Amino acid sequence: MTRVHDMGGRFGDGPINLEPEYAPVFAEDWHGRALAVTLAAGFLGQWNIDVSRHARECLSPKDYTRFSYYEKWLAGLAGLLVDRGVLTLDDLTGAGEYGPHPLADKMLRAEAVATALAKGGPADRPSNIAQRFTIGQEVVTARPAGNRLVDGGHTRLPIYAAGAKGRILRVHGSHVLPDSSAHDLGEAPEPLYAVAFAASELWVNPEHPKDEVVLDLWQSYLEPA
Amino acid sequence: MPHDSHDHPHALLPPEPALRVKALETILTRKGLIDPAALDEIIDTYQNKIGPQNGARVVAKAWTDPDFKAALLEDATPVVADLGYYGRQGEHMVVVENTPEQHNMVVCTLCSCYPWPLLGIPPGWYKSDAYRARAVREPRKVLAEFGVSLPETSSVRVWDSTAEVRYLVLPMRPEGTEALDEEALSALVTRDSMIGTGLPKVPA
Repeated sequence: MTRVHDMGGRFGDGPINLEPEYAPVFAEDWHGRALAVTLAAGFLGQWNIDVSRHARECLSPKDYTRFSYYEKWLAGLAGLLVDRGVLTLDDLTGAGEYGPHPLADKMLRAEAVATALAKGGPADRPSNIAQRFTIGQEVVTARPAGNRLVDGGHTRLPIYAAGAKGRILRVHGSHVLPDSSAHDLGEAPEPLYAVAFAASELWVNPEHPKDEVVLDLWQSYLEPA
Repeated sequence: MPHDSHDHPHALLPPEPALRVKALETILTRKGLIDPAALDEIIDTYQNKIGPQNGARVVAKAWTDPDFKAALLEDATPVVADLGYYGRQGEHMVVVENTPEQHNMVVCTLCSCYPWPLLGIPPGWYKSDAYRARAVREPRKVLAEFGVSLPETSSVRVWDSTAEVRYLVLPMRPEGTEALDEEALSALVTRDSMIGTGLPKVPA
């Protein structure tokens, strides 16, 4: 039930490939273009951030591994455009029609970019689900980790933190639940917490007895310890 | 939503990534769905306007203004928004303070979440499999690769950005900087020191 993107704690990746602090923001021109096309297409309003993350996660493990970062974005975008009916498979091969598109009035114009990026898209929402946990309280994460609404669906509880005992460090208010939102099942906002786990709770050989990992986890991922 | 299937639309595009993005841009432009000038504008924004200099200004201000620092640690989002730093991928900001007892470090193991309005677009290593896989399990070995070694008395707290909350590390102010003003201090604040994989520069 794992997906390839859920790699926290994995062994075997080797050293970090460091770059100088002031390396160009986009190593190749097409990187910036890929980012910009993806953001601009997002403004057509046919998907949300959870849907777009899940699209990248649904790449085959083989593609996810061999693709560079922005290749994953492009592959996710191509998949979404077709899946949402914005483009057809014929369009992608260049055999499509070029008539007026029903979404053309939603196109992000150059003069609207600064405002659109500055506006952002907050994820906090009012919720009728009461806050169940308080700061300092001990909790246990769900196990197995996984989407409980859609099999193999999007979730934000990494495998490495499944079934682990932690304590509530911060309360973030109520946020859109990705497990629901990524699958067009509604935003289903619920309380979100920063939960601290001792490294020894997560790893066989923690580096230091006092080290911790903190994850942001939704209330439905947690039970009282 | 995309499901697991054997027809991957991306396979219909040219294999070479630069051509692949060009092809998508061309198709979407011809259909009136994207404005190429808007793409230029987005690229310019993240290449030239929004970057780690924003976060460095926040850090330097926190080093010199105790009230600002207290407000920043209490609820960072409105405080940095007052300085003009708000927007996409920075809607919910939390600032975490390094102390002699605790070092903070930020990762996103599931994708590449990062505080864009304060730090810009993440560097390649932040998005790499190696960093995503290792930062949570062996942060001290990762830090060593960045040339950072922490005393045994310091704990490490790694923040895995699994929601829409974005974290910025407030590094410790280097010693010997008492005489420096906010602008001079901000020049010491590196991007990596605000991710927690580096320390601020010390004055020459």
